[in-house]
Parts: sequence; structure tokens; C-alpha cells
Amino acid sequence: MNKVVNHKAWLFVLPVVLLVAFNAIIPLMTVVNFSVQETFGDNVFFWAGLRWFEDVLNSERFHASLFRQILFTFLVLVIEVPLGLVIALAMPRKGFWVSVCLVLMALPLLIPWNVVGAMWNIMALPDIGLLGRGINALGIDFNYTRQPISAWFTVVLMDVWHWTSLVVLLCYAGLVSIPDAYYQAAKIDGARPWAVFRYIQLPKLKYVLTIAILLRFMDSFMIYTEVVVLTGGGPGNSTTFLSIDLVKAALGQFDLGPAAAMSLIYFLIILLFSWLFYTLMMRNDAR
Amino acid sequence: MAARSEAAAPGIVAARTRSGPLFRARYLIPAIYIIAVLLPIYWLLNMSFKTTNEILGSFTLWPQTFTLENYEKIFTDPTWYMGYVNSITYVVINTVISVSVALPAAYAFSRYRFLGDKHLFFWLLTNRMAPPAVFALPFLQLYSAVGLFDTPWAVALAHTLFNIPLAVWILEGFMSGVPKELDETAYVDGYSFWRFFFRIFMPTIAAGIGVACFFCFMFSWVELLLAKTLTSVAAKPIAATMTRTASTSGYELGLLAAAGSLTLIPGAIVIYFVRNYIAKGFALGRV
Repeated sequence: MNKVVNHKAWLFVLPVVLLVAFNAIIPLMTVVNFSVQETFGDNVFFWAGLRWFEDVLNSERFHASLFRQILFTFLVLVIEVPLGLVIALAMPRKGFWVSVCLVLMALPLLIPWNVVGAMWNIMALPDIGLLGRGINALGIDFNYTRQPISAWFTVVLMDVWHWTSLVVLLCYAGLVSIPDAYYQAAKIDGARPWAVFRYIQLPKLKYVLTIAILLRFMDSFMIYTEVVVLTGGGPGNSTTFLSIDLVKAALGQFDLGPAAAMSLIYFLIILLFSWLFYTLMMRNDAR
Repeated sequence: MAARSEAAAPGIVAARTRSGPLFRARYLIPAIYIIAVLLPIYWLLNMSFKTTNEILGSFTLWPQTFTLENYEKIFTDPTWYMGYVNSITYVVINTVISVSVALPAAYAFSRYRFLGDKHLFFWLLTNRMAPPAVFALPFLQLYSAVGLFDTPWAVALAHTLFNIPLAVWILEGFMSGVPKELDETAYVDGYSFWRFFFRIFMPTIAAGIGVACFFCFMFSWVELLLAKTLTSVAAKPIAATMTRTASTSGYELGLLAAAGSLTLIPGAIVIYFVRNYIAKGFALGRV
């Protein structure tokens, strides 16, 4: 679409910019402030330069939680995006059952995150939970409060349960919006289902998939509440992801300086990944 | 646009079979997925109708001694039911603010080119990437300083940090799908800008507004970390009430399950209203 150059458009954007700036810039500056200072309480601060940044970047603990975070996000994306796409492709396109499917599938998305954690906590308990009891009945020793593998399995399964529907909803909406004419043209050309998917459906899903993948990337990278309620970051530190580690450092130990430095590094990592992804997905965009 | 009106495009499978049978093999995929989605929800409901003794004492697939005690407690105790009222208050305020300021901004991004537009758009998106764990403490200081601490407004405004960017992003996608000729024709017909915007443009992208509202409602309703940080007594959200009960008065699983089950209801109502927008499809961009 050819856009008109009009600098007065800034007036339309102004309310958004003001509101977001109020919420983003002031707190961000607070964090930056903390990150370069040392305090021993009583609101007395000393200049600490980049010391906290060096500390965080060199700390084993940060590396470990960053690694866990990346692994978790990777697993979640690799499972949820293809699964969501397949479910959306297999869903009926019209009729009564569409509504039923959509409403039921969307349910997990609208459950407060701590309730999600609590649900899976109950669900996976080895003695009174359906899942925990079921897995143990298969002869596999499963106890997510003691074994890191079980904890990881439960956390990933919880996230897949929680968020695959988001991918399904977005992909489904994208698929339905493809005009019938495209399919008829494909049929005349004798295109096979794979070709239809690759050359018609996938390109048309570009925007919705970008939103789905970016949202899933950001939210899984920021995951906090669900995991805290489910495992508390344990057993040991095995499911301590970045946010959990950060809150432990900031509120638990009150190391404001290092916690602030860690926040900024964390934020920059998300920013970098998202920017890379956004640029890659929008590279061939004619807009 | 014409494409959107004939939205009920049958999938490629439907295009190949002449008269579609009621149930196709591929429907098994969504069916199995829905069952998997419902299992943990069933387990939560199941637990909410049990007595604490039964939950802890035995493993039962449905309540042996059916009780409404847990729900009764929630509906008679103001600290419980006020939690729902508080949560819904800030979610509604947030959704209204987010979508109403995002509308003109999204219009500007989709129609005009102006100084710094692309950078501004990405800057807005970066705020969606800010981990709440990073901002929790600075937000507490900021909203205490402006005197909004422990009011629904604090939470509603704080949640705009991630909801406004998302609303702008989604609405911009919808608006880009509307041909610019619509605007031009309206001006030729003598419409003023605002009259065009409210009378013609907004009804045209009603689906987009619905979807944006859905996402704002969803992300505000499920968020706990900021909501809990920014409130103490008067505006305490239901999710925070739940975590406190879980930690202070032992582990009342039945009560927790009942409270969790009730948090499903507002979400379910919202999905019911937007299901048609999703079922009709959207591609978030030109089709």
C-alpha cells in the first residue's frame, strides 16, 4: 500500500507514545540507575560503574539460567508452532463445530497464570494427580518435586497445554481468510496437498505466524508465574529460568545492583532475538 | 476485502471430496487435542467439588462426597469475591484504554508515513518484550509516587505497557487489509475525518477491534506479577488472593480449585463473544 507522507500523523500516535513512555521510560531509568550503583541500604548510593554488568556476565549462575531459558524456549517453540499449525489445518472450516472447537481450545489461554501453575501442580502430583498417577501406573518413576527430568517434562507439557491454542487460533484465522479461488486454481493445476500448503497456505499465514511465533518467543522467555507455582524453580535449580532467578536475586537477596544489571542484560537479549526474528520475517515485505 | 466476505473457504480436503461426510479422519487431531486441553480443567473442577479429606486421603476420578462447601465459602467471604470484582475492574479499564488509544495510532501506522514511524513501531513492540519481573520494583516506586498504589488504575495503567503495543500491532494488521479507496471515497462524499473514522472505518474493522479487545482482556486477566506487586488490600486481584490463601492457611486444595474454576468464567464469556471473528478469519495484512 502506498502511504502518504504526513507528519501530522504524530498527533494520532501521541497518546500511545505518552502512555507507553510513562510506563516504560521512567521504570527503565530506575533500573539503569540501580545497575550502575552500589547501596548498603538507607538510600545511600555509590557509583559502581559497570561492575555489576561484568559480575553478571561472568557468573556461572547467570549462564546456567540463561542456558535453561534458551533450551526451554527452544523446546516450546519447536513443539507448539508445528503442532498448532497441524491442528489448525485439520480443523473443520465451517459449521457448528468450529465454534465449539474455538471456545474449548481457547479456554487455557484465559486462565490466570498462577491458576495454570496450581492446576498442573495438582494434576501432576504423583499420589493424587491424574497425570502423575497415570505416568506412575505405566511403570515409569515420575515425581516432579524430586527428579529434574520429570520437572522439565511437566513444565514443558504445561506450556504446550497452555499456549498451543494461541498458535491454533491465529493460524486458523489466517487459513480461513484465504479466498476459495486460490484453492480452485490449485486444483486446476493439479497441485498436491503439500504444494497447496507450501505455496498457498504458508505464505498467506506469514503475518499471523509472525505474531504467533514472536508472542510465544517473548512470553516463554519471560515465563515466571506458572513455573514458580508449579515447581518453585526446583528441584534444586533445575527449572530456575531467567525471570525466576532475577526475582530471587532482587527480592530474595535484595541485591538491587546486580539484579538491575541482570534485568538490562535480560531485556537486551529478548530485544536482540526479537529484532532478528522480526527483520527476518518482514525482510521480503513489499509494504 | 471481497475475499473476506466469502471467508468460509473449505480446506483442500473438502475441495477434493464432493459432499463432505460429517466426520473426517483428520478431525481426530483437533478432537484429541481438545480432550487433552479439557483433562486438567476437568481435574480442577473435580477437585473443587471434593472435601479436603477426600482430596488428600484418596485418589478418585470423580467426587465421592459431592460438596459445594468450597464455592459457598468464596461467595460469602468478601475477601474472596471482592478479588473477582477487583480483577474485572482493572481488566476492563485496561482494555478500554488500550484499544481506544491504539485505534488512532494504528490508523496512523497503516495509512501514513511520518518521521521515525518504523522506529517508533519497533520501539512500541519492545515494550511488549519487557519482562514484568524486570519492571515490578520500579513500577511499585512509580505508582506509589503518583499516589495510585493499591487502586485498579495502577494495575490497568501498568498493563497498558504490554497491551497497547499488542493492540496497535493487531489493529494495524487489520487496517492494512482495508483498501485505502474506502478512505478516499468517504472524503469525496464529504465526510469529515472523525465522522468517517467512527461511522465507516470502525464498523469496517469491527472484527479487528474485537480481536484486539480479546487479546488485551486475555493478557491483563492472566497476569499476576504486576497486579500483585501494585496492590495490597483494597484492589487485590483474585489471583493474589489465591496465592495468599495457599501460603497462610495451610494448603486448602479444594478451596483453591474452586477459586481457580471460577476464574475460567469471565474468559469463557469473552471467547464466546469473539469466536465468530476468529471463525471468519483474518490475515493481519493484505490478503
